[in-house]
Amino acid sequence: MTPILVAEGLTKRFGALTAVGDVSLDLRPGEVHALIGPNGAGKTTLMQLLSGLLLPDSGRILFESAEITRASPAARARAGLGRSFQITAVVAGFTALENAALAAQVTAGSSFRFWRAAARDMALTTAAMAALEEVGLAPRAGVRAGDLSHGERRLLELAMVLAARPRALILDEPMAGLGHAEGIALTGLLARLKTRLPLLLVEHDMQAVFALADRVSLLVEGRLVITDTPAAVRADAAARAAYLGEEA
Amino acid sequence: MSTPPLQRPSEHPTIAWTLFAALAAGGLITGDAYLASLLTKAMILALAAISLDLLIGRAGLVSFGHAAFLGLGAYTAGIAIEEGVEETLTILALTVAVSAGFAAITGAIALRTAGVYFIMITLAFGQMLFFAASALSQYGGDDGLTLWSTSTLLGTGVMQSDGGLFLVILAMLALGWLVAGRLAASRFGRVLAAAKEAEVRVETLGFDPFAYRLAAYVIAGVIAGVAGFLLAHEAEFVSPATMAWQRSGDLIIIVLIGGMGTRNGALIGALAFVGLEEGLARVLDEWRLVFGPLLILLVLFARGGLSSAIDAGLRRREAAA
Amino acid sequence: MSTTLLLIQLLNGVQLGVLLFLIAAGLTLVFGVMGFINLAHGVQYMVGAYLAVAGIALTGNFFAGVGIGLMGALALGLALEFLIFRHLYDRDHLDQVLATFGVILFLNEAAKAIWGPNPIAIDPPQMLQATIQLTETLRYPVYRLALIAVGLAVALGLYLAVNRTRVGMLVRAGSTHAPMVAALGVDIRRLFMVVFGFGAMLAGFAGALAAPIFSVEPNMGDDLLITAFVVIIIGGIGSIRGAFVAALIVGLLDTLGRSLVTDGLRLVLSPSAAAEVGPALAAMLVYVFMAAVLFFRPTGLFAAAR
Repeated sequence: MTPILVAEGLTKRFGALTAVGDVSLDLRPGEVHALIGPNGAGKTTLMQLLSGLLLPDSGRILFESAEITRASPAARARAGLGRSFQITAVVAGFTALENAALAAQVTAGSSFRFWRAAARDMALTTAAMAALEEVGLAPRAGVRAGDLSHGERRLLELAMVLAARPRALILDEPMAGLGHAEGIALTGLLARLKTRLPLLLVEHDMQAVFALADRVSLLVEGRLVITDTPAAVRADAAARAAYLGEEA
Repeated sequence: MSTPPLQRPSEHPTIAWTLFAALAAGGLITGDAYLASLLTKAMILALAAISLDLLIGRAGLVSFGHAAFLGLGAYTAGIAIEEGVEETLTILALTVAVSAGFAAITGAIALRTAGVYFIMITLAFGQMLFFAASALSQYGGDDGLTLWSTSTLLGTGVMQSDGGLFLVILAMLALGWLVAGRLAASRFGRVLAAAKEAEVRVETLGFDPFAYRLAAYVIAGVIAGVAGFLLAHEAEFVSPATMAWQRSGDLIIIVLIGGMGTRNGALIGALAFVGLEEGLARVLDEWRLVFGPLLILLVLFARGGLSSAIDAGLRRREAAA
Repeated sequence: MSTTLLLIQLLNGVQLGVLLFLIAAGLTLVFGVMGFINLAHGVQYMVGAYLAVAGIALTGNFFAGVGIGLMGALALGLALEFLIFRHLYDRDHLDQVLATFGVILFLNEAAKAIWGPNPIAIDPPQMLQATIQLTETLRYPVYRLALIAVGLAVALGLYLAVNRTRVGMLVRAGSTHAPMVAALGVDIRRLFMVVFGFGAMLAGFAGALAAPIFSVEPNMGDDLLITAFVVIIIGGIGSIRGAFVAALIVGLLDTLGRSLVTDGLRLVLSPSAAAEVGPALAAMLVYVFMAAVLFFRPTGLFAAAR
């Protein structure tokens, strides 16, 4: 099967520090590919490279076989590569529904419409409500995002990414800061999602990683150490030594 | 639970329509020429402030050169009239084209910067225009240009009669108010507002903030240009002083007094500004000695402007009832 | 333009640049360290000039007068910082612009109320009233040369102070990492106050020095303030070196531009029309230059890394 997202030999240096060194990985249809590694391993930098917030020094990125290495974040998102943030990024002054509707605007026609009230735009409201429903936030649709709980904001973030109808998702630590029950609920949600769209997941929660992932890549000091099935990675001695040891 | 953004009492359209009706009554029924000229000035400032609030309040772009568009509109109208163009609609079309062009070019450069650099580059473009107008020696240079006649609307004298012009200005103000309100609530307005608050999020959703901001800058420039066009007709005089940087400061003050990013704030702010200036100047020649400190106190202690004060007042009354 | 005229224009340009630098130095430090836009910086210049005039009238001594202008500007700067500005450091730029705009309105009007609307002219000190023979055909006022020398000396001193002293180090660090400096146990409020007072004093000093050259009048600081802002934007906010280079560029551009543009226009316009249009077009040059700089370097020529 042709991978939907491919990174080839990505390298990013900050001065003398090589944050990401010659990393190649791919994301295939229908899978959850988890990216793990200790703090400072370069996971976040890699995410920024893939979503276009940083540009690589060398290497290239393909999305659905088209090169997007130097495309703007907006262009990547419009092409269908969605991304969520580690630090929740929602528009605090908008209601949950307005946030999701904003995201729905990306794929529901032009946003250069100046006259009609967006609130009365049924296409947007329908798509936004569907996304809120999917993450279980529908009852909170009318609440300002700034007044939502931390867990709810994380779900809203996910709903926004979904409302834009991506064809692949990059999720940066979706479990961060969630309570135990919330984490289990989100794991279930992501498991349902992966049948529809492939997920590239950066996550610290090993339980979630091993429950969800089809493949796991371990990043250490900017280099990719191993990419394999969760069981194989767990068994890999090098991996244990480098990272999993203290948590296994 | 908090209230959704558009349900603040001060945001109710009734307030605006009441103000429009009061303006019409004050300008046309009382027959007081002095009052009418004050109200006209307030209306033109309100129209310019509405457009500036689109930038400051909705898009988060603090432009410190907005009076340039007021002056650009005034000069376009003034020069067109001086050169023998008589039809109002032709001159209006010219004004729109010139303001849009200037906004598109300067906006594309200014929006490469952000924050204080944006404030300063918009100021610089304003100064550029100010000195350019001063250099127009065939149109009065520093001293400005007196218009011996103004334009004719489809062959009628509407624009030359005091009452007709007053009504035209009032209608343009109402139209500007309506357009700004619709714009803020539209898809476009949502992207703009979201980009003000969470730029990276908006970018990674797939919007290019630059394009939306540039469009807003052009729209705001055109509305302010039209305000300048009206100003030239009302004053029958155009001069570089219209686009001095202090006038841009005045427009920001109006937006702030009224309440940023609100539907009625610019209206309320402009009326309050002209009223305050006029009232203080009657009592004291050196009225700025009072106005300056008032402004400082306003910034220090009364955030949210008059709109917030009106909200608080109306809510108290509701609670008491 | 003859060589003599060119030389005069060069000297005048450097002199304007030096004055601009004295104003811009405080502005760029205040903005760099505190992130504070102070539109009222221009009235410090005006206040310095007026107090110097009053001081000279009172003491009969030019230098004592300049000293009084300098101290007065310092006192006013500290008072404004204490009463108003320190409450605005955490606010957004819009609030700062408005509040300091209010200060301008008040002080300009106050100057008009106290000293009247008409320009006041004063003479340079007796010992500097001579002119000096620079070339065979060129005599240049000693006072203006002295002003250039003083300005350059201040620039050098400031450069050394910022780069070599402990306070200078804190200022540099504070302009990029204010929280870190605070974490080092430095009283950041006091640092702010020192920087602010110092900046106000330099602007007042510029006003006092300029008093014998330009006329002293209300609003005299307004246009210079905007030019000073152009200087710090071109130079890169927070950079003393940038402010110095940009001040000289802007001073020369403005002065030389005035005669060059007018000369150029004479080729296409009548002399009187050229004389009228030239200066205004030349005044535009500075802003065109700034727009061009920002187009290629959106944070100025010597942007401090932040």
